[in-house]
Amino acid sequence: MNRRLLLAVPLVAAGAAGVGFWSMLNGMREGKFDPRGVPSMLIDKPMPDFTLAGFTAADVRAAGRPIVINFFASWCVPCIEEAPTLLALARAGVPLWGIAYKDKPAATDAFLTRHGNPFAKLARDEPGTVAIDWGVTGVPETYLIDKSGIVRWRFSGPMPEGAAQFLAEKLRA
Amino acid sequence: MIAELGHFALALAIAFAVAQAILPLWGAWRSEARLMRAAPALAIGQMVALAVSFGCLVLVSVNDDFSVQNIAENSHTLKPMLYKITGAWGSHEGSILFWCLILSLCGGAVALFGRPLPASLRARVIGVLGVTAFGFELFALLESNPFARLWPPPLNGRDMNPLLQDPGLAFHPPILYAGYVGFAIPFAFAVAALLEGRIDAAWGRWVRPWTLGAWCCLTGGIALGSWWSYYVLGWGGFWFWDPVENASLLPWLTGTALLHSAIVVEKREALKTWTVLLAIGTFALSLSGTFLVRSGILNSVHSFANDPARGVFILGLLALIIGGSLLIFALRAPTLGSSGLFAPVSREGALVLNNILLCSIAAVVMTGTIYPLFADLLLDQKISVGPPFFNATVLPLATPVFLAMSLGPTLSWKRAALGPAMIRLWWASVAALIVGLFATFGMKLLPALAMAAAAWMFFGALAEIVERIRLFRVSLANSFQRLIALPLSTFGTTLGHAGLGVTVAGIAGMSMATEQVVLMKPGESVALAGYEFRLVDVHDAKGSNYNARVATIVITEGGKPIVTLMPERRSFTTQTMTTTEAKISTNFVRDLYVVLGEERDGAAVMRLHDNPLAPWIWFGALIMALGGACSLADRRLRIAAPTRATARAAARA
Amino acid sequence: MIRLALMFLMLAGPAFAIADPAEALKDPKQEARAVEIGQQLRCLVCQNESIEDSGADLARDLRHIVRTQVSEGKSDQEIIGWLVARYGEFVRLRPPFNWGTALLWASPIIALLAGLFAAFSLRRKAPAQAAPLTAAERKRLESLIGS
Repeated sequence: MNRRLLLAVPLVAAGAAGVGFWSMLNGMREGKFDPRGVPSMLIDKPMPDFTLAGFTAADVRAAGRPIVINFFASWCVPCIEEAPTLLALARAGVPLWGIAYKDKPAATDAFLTRHGNPFAKLARDEPGTVAIDWGVTGVPETYLIDKSGIVRWRFSGPMPEGAAQFLAEKLRA
Repeated sequence: MIAELGHFALALAIAFAVAQAILPLWGAWRSEARLMRAAPALAIGQMVALAVSFGCLVLVSVNDDFSVQNIAENSHTLKPMLYKITGAWGSHEGSILFWCLILSLCGGAVALFGRPLPASLRARVIGVLGVTAFGFELFALLESNPFARLWPPPLNGRDMNPLLQDPGLAFHPPILYAGYVGFAIPFAFAVAALLEGRIDAAWGRWVRPWTLGAWCCLTGGIALGSWWSYYVLGWGGFWFWDPVENASLLPWLTGTALLHSAIVVEKREALKTWTVLLAIGTFALSLSGTFLVRSGILNSVHSFANDPARGVFILGLLALIIGGSLLIFALRAPTLGSSGLFAPVSREGALVLNNILLCSIAAVVMTGTIYPLFADLLLDQKISVGPPFFNATVLPLATPVFLAMSLGPTLSWKRAALGPAMIRLWWASVAALIVGLFATFGMKLLPALAMAAAAWMFFGALAEIVERIRLFRVSLANSFQRLIALPLSTFGTTLGHAGLGVTVAGIAGMSMATEQVVLMKPGESVALAGYEFRLVDVHDAKGSNYNARVATIVITEGGKPIVTLMPERRSFTTQTMTTTEAKISTNFVRDLYVVLGEERDGAAVMRLHDNPLAPWIWFGALIMALGGACSLADRRLRIAAPTRATARAAARA
Repeated sequence: MIRLALMFLMLAGPAFAIADPAEALKDPKQEARAVEIGQQLRCLVCQNESIEDSGADLARDLRHIVRTQVSEGKSDQEIIGWLVARYGEFVRLRPPFNWGTALLWASPIIALLAGLFAAFSLRRKAPAQAAPLTAAERKRLESLIGS
């Protein structure tokens, strides 16, 4: 009896692993599971202090209302993809402040002229050190900061329709 | 037209596979000789159909037919011919078709060379292979069809990833896949034996050559992959504990355990349950590796593009094959028949220990590889498990294997005395001590210990031969006579164990590698490890689909020029990617490794490495594979186990 | 499609900036320490490489940060902690020691013990020794054998 139970262990173990992998695949298809994503360490924490030409952390807090900060760059292809979404958000009244990551000022300006400028305020993080403080791993990344300066939400990559709508609703609330 | 022919051939192969899966198994169950006899013919039919299909894929690639989607995505008119042919197995779809091809070759091999097998066993083995082949071919046809058409066809293809346009690519996948898929045969033998309800010494004898063949290929494939990343990736690393590398190491570990376990089944009719489980497990690990790489679940430099839909199909396939075989195992293993008994200290005992240790290493590597996924799924924790973890956990488990490896073959079957066995190895331990002591002068402690262990393994491996030829105990001529009369499998064991020793020595030496990263102007020299590296110039060169900057480095030792190396930096036109071609100069005891980096203000960033004993890493693997080939060539393995008729004839004579 | 292109960009990493000699610290001991710390940190935009092995931009920035902090005299713990605060435990190639990873770190021992247990449970026991014959049984045996 003992022997028979022992011999069934490989089957049970393989079955458990199989169920696990199946949930992962399902999660991947629904977007809930991302093996390559890096979670943000800032959620529900105060945003890191920074001072950049353009605006500072104090300015964000002084705004008195939730602000959306978007890290972008002129050399970033998905940012072009995201540009229309950001413009639509700006038109809907969402306060969008942009930080240009590791970008030459001339190139950033050319990008904004070409694809539209959705940003109410623009800062430049040429060395990229502020981005590292935010835990940014690539562009574009979008952060929602509430009125007391706490980071509430982050999206990595170009925001699809769904994410943009979610953001707009959260701001209205 | 050719693509359609290939497509049809694939569908035809599936038809054969269905027949191959159902008829022989039914025939063996019902003891219907005609159905059982149909098995080899079906297997050969499937093999021919798939050969035609894959041949069509190669032909379509050679002809630059960009209306075939696979070719449009992976090829280009300027791609060198070698890579047009070998690139057929480089893309995802092509590699799946290649996998199916090798699976069918396995079935064909059993059909052609398995004549000595009893009819029911052969029918069952071919039947199980048919079930597996059916699943993969269906996947190929439905989810990764290499013959899908693209209309309108582009003028030119998107070219293959430049990192893959390398001679190593030509040989690494086929040999590796032959290893992965080759373990389907021992798997089929195991399931067939479970279905028959009987495992005996003859089964152990039959399984061994197939296991050896697959193991040789897997060893070669892994070594080739490691060597390829060494000279392609630009800084001399050779093993990164990358998930896909781990996925290839896992079946190798259990395959090695299987190889040793099967010996016990053959010689002593013991360890039957272990051996069957290892046979099923090794192939299951091969399959799981395929799944993980192609489903997008794994984070790896090797993984093909994400596709969860493909992942679900493969997962279903795995559930069928692995779940089914483990279910049969759970139900039928208890009926496998009685086993020989043995004392804990004996050759069987040592092989059990070997099984346990190798399987533990495999369990640790597997845990480390999939833990981040499960931690993310269940605990919502995002962690990384990288080389620091694997080095810390695998080394303590591998060390007992290294030490026991020399002792095991000297123990006798059934019951052995440890003392006399260890005394017989006295000279190997002396050699190990001397090597270790010498090593401490040039190396840090851990590498020095590794060198001592390597010497122990190397000389310990020689011990069996020394013992058998009674070296220094009889005249040299007598010893020589004995040497040439030794069965090849003895050399197989010796080479296999000694080879591992050489690899360990190579790894130890490599850990003492030194390097310099410098900005050099033409005419400047840099000193490293007793050599002078002088940059002569950096000039332009052109390849068929790339432009390159080439540096000329002259290496001298004590003023005498040794070699001139010309590392390159290639810019590919179509894929707009830059790769570096490192150049290596080897004298088989150390590698001098030079890489050209960016250029700035007339100077170039040069990366110079001195890698002591690095070539031994892959020599060791080559020696191991050679050992496997020796054992395979042993005549005793190819003569059928005696059947009842011949035994009666011998009794009468 | 874009993701594919990004992926190729990452693969090209090894080719772009092989560590620039200008990056290295002047003091070889400090440089060696920085390399050792760097080998424990994951390049976050690559597939499974350390920041020392990767040519990606972010990896170069992180290497620079490690070297700056090493030359400032920060301890290994502090440097790694600084990065973990920004990127999470994911950045460490050596998984942390906590309840969540207990199974992971204990896997060698668990595997070994499980193997030994399986070997022990699955072994065939020697057939039990028959009890020695009684006097009456011995007599009966002798009469049967006829000795």
